[in-house]
Amino acid sequence: MAGGQERVLKRRIKSFQSMKKITRAMELIAASRIVKAQQRVSAARPYSEQITEVIRNLAAGGAGSSHPLLAERDEVRSIGYVVVTADRGLAGGYNSGVIRAAERALQAETGGDPSRYKLFLLGKKARDYFSYRGYQIEASFTGMSDQPTYDNAREVAEVIMKAFEEGQVDRVDLAYTQFLSVGTQRVVIRRFMPIEQESITEAPSEGPTADYEFEPSPDGILDRLLPRYAEARLFAAMLDAAASEHAARQRAMKSATDNAEELIKVLNRQMNRARQESITTEIMEIVGGAEALAQGAMKEPPDYFREHQETA
Amino acid sequence: MQVELVSPERILYSGEAEMVICRTVSGDIAFLDHHAPFIGALDICVVRIKTANGEEKAAVHGGFVEVRDNRVIILSDVAELASQIDVEQARQRKEEFERNVEHWDDAEVEAGLRRAHVRLEVAGAV
Repeated sequence: MAGGQERVLKRRIKSFQSMKKITRAMELIAASRIVKAQQRVSAARPYSEQITEVIRNLAAGGAGSSHPLLAERDEVRSIGYVVVTADRGLAGGYNSGVIRAAERALQAETGGDPSRYKLFLLGKKARDYFSYRGYQIEASFTGMSDQPTYDNAREVAEVIMKAFEEGQVDRVDLAYTQFLSVGTQRVVIRRFMPIEQESITEAPSEGPTADYEFEPSPDGILDRLLPRYAEARLFAAMLDAAASEHAARQRAMKSATDNAEELIKVLNRQMNRARQESITTEIMEIVGGAEALAQGAMKEPPDYFREHQETA
Repeated sequence: MQVELVSPERILYSGEAEMVICRTVSGDIAFLDHHAPFIGALDICVVRIKTANGEEKAAVHGGFVEVRDNRVIILSDVAELASQIDVEQARQRKEEFERNVEHWDDAEVEAGLRRAHVRLEVAGAV
């Protein structure tokens, strides 16, 4: 009967309403986190800019380029991939975007041969995906995607630099989501190791280079500086990824909220129609019944009634 | 001269100063106005920034210093201003290191102890 349908619809509307509340809350939380994450991205910029500049000045001052982190390997047998994803889902295509790009690069360059790649995964989502697909995972780090700290970056960079210096990998690529604006994020794959010479040794920005004094030697400083530079780059990538994650989640949750709203509207309409239908049917029944009674009253009374009157 | 103390997460200090004293791996060094261009690797040390109206201290656990165009830029992946140091925690860490001196390898203990010392010194609690 119509009343049953009405009840079912009412229940569904209620569940969509509570869903909408949840997605709305997640949207607002993500939105507030974007701002914070963006601030962290810009707060981290001076350090990496300055450190790059120091390296440039060192190079201009004659620091050798023979450092192991700078040396291109003649033969690239094994490639390391660093994939930066989130620990949590519900962020639209954020995780799958990075994962897919990394997997495509891996397949294209190594053919999926486990001896030719090493995976360094950040975030639960990347770990789950690659382990489910039977990829060999070299190292995975979780619990740091939301608000990465510099210590996190150092921990990860240390593992990667060790693998590179020991020759387990001859090149390392970094796949992450670049935060361009709240509306735009882009998945990029960048060279991480060896550190690209061009990116640090192009001529210093302004005029002739000053004659620096070095303490200790330029090479001695470079030795200490390059690992910090690598850490700073990874840290910047992780911060970008975190900001992108929040932006992606905010967008996903906004459209989920909109969808819930739309569904509630449609269901409300259906429910109103069902209710009206049942009311109409009820009225029809009452009218029909009343009419039947009225018609009966206009007919002559039954015989037994007349007999009863006569006896009285 | 302009002084900046920059950590990976943010700029800790930025301002005018009269003198900066710090320690590179080969010894103490002080920078005054118009110092010659200089790049150095820092030791675990206390950086003292003397300004017209006082002195700012920071604990720096390794890092780099660059001097150029009358600007001193100190880069350090672990740096703390005096006001940010938790004295109690630093003291505990120091005691912990001292207790475990014989269990750990020397370099680690030494570095840890020096870090704790520098922290306490900056916080003025030695």
